[in-house]
Amino acid sequence: MNAGGRAVSPEFARTVLPHMDAAYRLARWLLRDPDAAQDVVQDALVRAMTYFGGFRGDNPRAWLLRIVRNTAWSRRGGPTLESLDGDEGGRHAGLAAAEPNPEAVLAQSEAQSLLARSIARLPPDLRECLVLRELEEMSYRDIAEVAGVPVGTVMSRLFRARKLLLDVAQEGAK
Amino acid sequence: MSDAVSCDEWGLLIQAELDGELDIAGIARLARHVEICPACAALQRDFRALSSRIKAELPREAGPEHIIAPLRAAARFGGRTIMPLFASFSAGLALAASLAWVMLLPADPNAELVAGHIRALQPGHLTDVLSADSHTVKPWFDGRIDYAPEVRDFAAEGFPLVGGRLDYIGGRTVAALVYHRDKHLIDLYAWPAAGHAAPSISSDKGYTLVRWTEGGMAYVAVSDVNPIELQAFARLWAGGAGKTL
Repeated sequence: MNAGGRAVSPEFARTVLPHMDAAYRLARWLLRDPDAAQDVVQDALVRAMTYFGGFRGDNPRAWLLRIVRNTAWSRRGGPTLESLDGDEGGRHAGLAAAEPNPEAVLAQSEAQSLLARSIARLPPDLRECLVLRELEEMSYRDIAEVAGVPVGTVMSRLFRARKLLLDVAQEGAK
Repeated sequence: MSDAVSCDEWGLLIQAELDGELDIAGIARLARHVEICPACAALQRDFRALSSRIKAELPREAGPEHIIAPLRAAARFGGRTIMPLFASFSAGLALAASLAWVMLLPADPNAELVAGHIRALQPGHLTDVLSADSHTVKPWFDGRIDYAPEVRDFAAEGFPLVGGRLDYIGGRTVAALVYHRDKHLIDLYAWPAAGHAAPSISSDKGYTLVRWTEGGMAYVAVSDVNPIELQAFARLWAGGAGKTL
């Protein structure tokens, strides 16, 4: 059980709450599960409230998303981000192999496009960078801050993510 | 797509331009290169098309309103929230937990209010601000709590204001106004609350509590004075009597 009163200062509301949609989307794409994403957002919010007093930066969005990302990461209890994707095989496995048969695809989700499903199947470190860039339109520097890696790593991960998605699209077009 | 790009570095530059991370000189250099390199031109086209498709096809979902909205509301009130009892909860419990999200005060803080009143009866702890001149009470609350309780004196009606203090009730700091009634003391707790409720009476550990809600504030009067007099006091307040400070 985890109950405790927390102050929601107007400062916190003004600084952090505007980025809750981004926080949810990141958790959603990392975990690929709306319910788990809500849990993570909630846990991350508790952490954010706890640490907010020490926040001195000028980038609350990157600060919050880093908390969300680490919360999602620790939730799966794995030593690396790769464990987020425990069911996906190798670290940089291609995507085509994981493609179910066409009937299953249709049955599985009419709402989700092939592209969305391909992104969901990207290795988590690549998916993280791609989602932060394409959905949240974050700069390389901010993505590096969220993921805790150098900017160069962000660039190469983004590049690999895009190449993989293009490859899948090519496969699908054949 | 044609063959793999000849040079990873060009690929990264193509990507950086797409992502708005390339400076003017780099953009010019890249433009000259893609004119003479079909592979890089194709990659640039593919990357641009992919990026547009992602933005067009992926929904930019909003966050869970049942988590965010109560926080916004609580912050607007300068209030406090109590986190859901469950550190994590399944989908089935989500609704129940969301209802537990915001509670400005516990449903029944009688015991805490009475405890606050009893604490205040200990020597030297009655009032944080004494009101020889009752005009000092209202400004004293400024900056100490995030709302401004109305302060009224009922000296003419036999309930003189003697001071004010802050108590910690239900996880938040609450203003208490202290009144005399003959040899008895009355604590009047006040905190922001919506709605309207006529005075109702209850008791706890031999103390009487009268609570009501009006004008955006919840009030609870606590005292060992007899219940009839406490109700009279509440009626004076709720009826707008007394001298407003």
